[in-house]
Amino acid sequence: MKDKLHVYIKQFGLPRIIIVTFLLSLCVLAVIYNLSIAGLLSDTLVRTGMHGVLVLAMVPGILCGIGLNFGLPLGILCGLIGGLVSIELDLVGFPAFTTAILVSIPIAIVVGWGYGVLLNRVKGSEMTIATYAGFSAVSLMSIGWMILPFKSDEIAWIIGGGLRTTITLTGRYDKILNDFAAISIGNLTIPTGLLLFLIAMNLIVWVILQSKAGIAMKAVGDNPRFATAAGLNVNKYRTFGSILSTVLGAIGIIVYSQSFGFIQLYQAPMFMGFSAVAAILIGGATVKKASISHVFIGTFLFQGLLVVALPVANKMLTAGSLAEITRIIVSNGIILYALTQVGGGE
Amino acid sequence: MAELIGVNKKATIWDKIKRFSLNNMVTIMFVIICYIGFYYSELSFAFFVNDLITRIARNAFLVLALIIPVLAGMGLNFAIVLGAMAGQVAIIMVTHWGIVGWQGFLICVVISAPIAIIFGYLTGKLLNKTKGQEMITSLILGFFANGLYQLVFLIMVGSIIPMENETLLLSTGVGLRVSIDLTGGLKYAIDDLIRWTLPRTLMMIGCVSILIGGFNIYKYTKGVPNYLKSKVKLRMINYSIAGLAFVIYSFVITNGSSLLNNIRVPIVTMVIIGLLCLFNIFISKTKIGQDFRTVGQDRHVATVSGIKSDKIRVTAIVISTLLAAWGQLFFLQNLGTLSTYGSHEQVGMFAIAALLIGGASVTKANIGHALLGTVLFHTLFIVSPIAGKNLFGDAQLGEYFRAFVAYGVIGLSLGMHAWKKQLQGKKL
Repeated sequence: MKDKLHVYIKQFGLPRIIIVTFLLSLCVLAVIYNLSIAGLLSDTLVRTGMHGVLVLAMVPGILCGIGLNFGLPLGILCGLIGGLVSIELDLVGFPAFTTAILVSIPIAIVVGWGYGVLLNRVKGSEMTIATYAGFSAVSLMSIGWMILPFKSDEIAWIIGGGLRTTITLTGRYDKILNDFAAISIGNLTIPTGLLLFLIAMNLIVWVILQSKAGIAMKAVGDNPRFATAAGLNVNKYRTFGSILSTVLGAIGIIVYSQSFGFIQLYQAPMFMGFSAVAAILIGGATVKKASISHVFIGTFLFQGLLVVALPVANKMLTAGSLAEITRIIVSNGIILYALTQVGGGE
Repeated sequence: MAELIGVNKKATIWDKIKRFSLNNMVTIMFVIICYIGFYYSELSFAFFVNDLITRIARNAFLVLALIIPVLAGMGLNFAIVLGAMAGQVAIIMVTHWGIVGWQGFLICVVISAPIAIIFGYLTGKLLNKTKGQEMITSLILGFFANGLYQLVFLIMVGSIIPMENETLLLSTGVGLRVSIDLTGGLKYAIDDLIRWTLPRTLMMIGCVSILIGGFNIYKYTKGVPNYLKSKVKLRMINYSIAGLAFVIYSFVITNGSSLLNNIRVPIVTMVIIGLLCLFNIFISKTKIGQDFRTVGQDRHVATVSGIKSDKIRVTAIVISTLLAAWGQLFFLQNLGTLSTYGSHEQVGMFAIAALLIGGASVTKANIGHALLGTVLFHTLFIVSPIAGKNLFGDAQLGEYFRAFVAYGVIGLSLGMHAWKKQLQGKKL
């Protein structure tokens, strides 16, 4: 019995146990402090839907063998371009949202292809280089945002000097998925459209993973040598995974922006990759293994933690930003844990 | 890249130049970028030199802290952020106690040492568990430690850790202020001990250089073994000529009305940086330095030949973290303001970018790379906002360009290294 428990704990991972316990104790505190549980739950649902696609972008990356995709900002930047183009074209509502996605996908495919080729050249240090590829792309695009020829008043400063730092989506596609067929039960609001979209995206990825290309990709990620022996082109399928991941990152940021109500440019995308990485790891993924269920569990747990931590921390301490600190410690802690599990020790 | 050039035929001068420029692509590119930036920034030379000397005194120590882990094959130690934190903890304590001047600085040095050693030890242990992924681990570790640092100084100080100090704490009594002014305390604690004007400094450097040259001439006349002959000859000529040039140049400046006469160089800081350089040379020649290199070249060979590679790796990181802590002390005493939650954040990135710009790589770094890189990177720092403003009418553009360069150069050189390794792996 004790052995079984031990094995179970080892499989589940100590940090995950700590995080779940922490979340539960926060919930208990929330009840004690008389916070609205329904409100917290609907916030968590919204944020799960909001971040879900970005977290989903991790799955193809992990499965094709490039590891945790810290280069997610590349995809995010493509999505932002799509989002801006649809405003520039003066579209409103669902057409705007769809156009944003449709514009960003081809850009993301090209960028993802380049990214995949880059990562094929640097096997073994993908994660470090992906991080810096992301960082430098964000800085480069910061220059880009200052000189890109967007004309719309909503996007660009009227006096010149580039694009606005945050662009309001009110009247464009602000919360368009969140409000679609939203169900309210008392204080609890279920963002049906948002969750349906997330489920649909997951379904699409699942179908791709079951296809011939998907299975080949998983084989390549699992054991490159074996895959080569079986006649698979390792580099080709790794590139395929990178493209998929980048495209999902692009769609993810559009979903995120519509839920957030703003498009954030310049330095904002810099650290978004880290949150997504942390979420999927909390869900039970490792550097080598990930599944669709990890996306749901991880996003829900991580965002739940952040949603509950904020009001509880505010009740406990008036000063300080305990919730933000919790986010930093939890997300980076879980990434560190995952890295120690790679088995680099000989 | 060097192997792309034909090795069979006798290397002509042209080939040599070609090989040199291929191997030092990043550095050469930077010299060009810096020159263009300087040209368009329209800064006066004296102002520029003054700024540059300040920045070298401020940053060189931190860049030098990176060299030893590279020798030990652990790549670029992004975790010097932890060392910087240790330094800041000491500064916060000393400022709280109100100890000022060089005495305060010495106490900072003493207090930060054990903290940095503990941090370094833990970092080393963690990096031993993530072999092959040291750089991403140390990067994330920096972020993680930053979270803990904020937890301690934003939440715990004043609530769990008793502390009363109106100037340091926020008005609520919990958490430290976002920025702490060190003026009248640790500011210029070391820099202001001795300051010489630039001509005088140049003169002194020139004299020392001539002395070294003279010593080599003496050695040469007394007779040296054949295999050392060319080396000593080269040394005596180089040092003597450089020394003479410095002395003459210092006379030229003193007799002219150049603004360069007004530049005052913080001698003690510079001497300490020089000593650190000597320490780095010294340690690489001792037994432990050899061990670092052996472990860095091949861990398995090292283990087989009886070196405890894990222990050596931890030692390398401990030294690096300790030096980073002291480096941060020098950095902050020069800067004069401690940004409590921000000063340490970018230390790792900037130091690493500087080292790489100087021509170092993941497996190769020396003092020359560190110093040259510091000069080039900080030249870019000085000129890029002003050049950005003059060229595009916006200083922000220059700043983004600078950030892009810092991130890009790290990404690029890590990428080049990984690619080379992959190509070599295929050949074998």
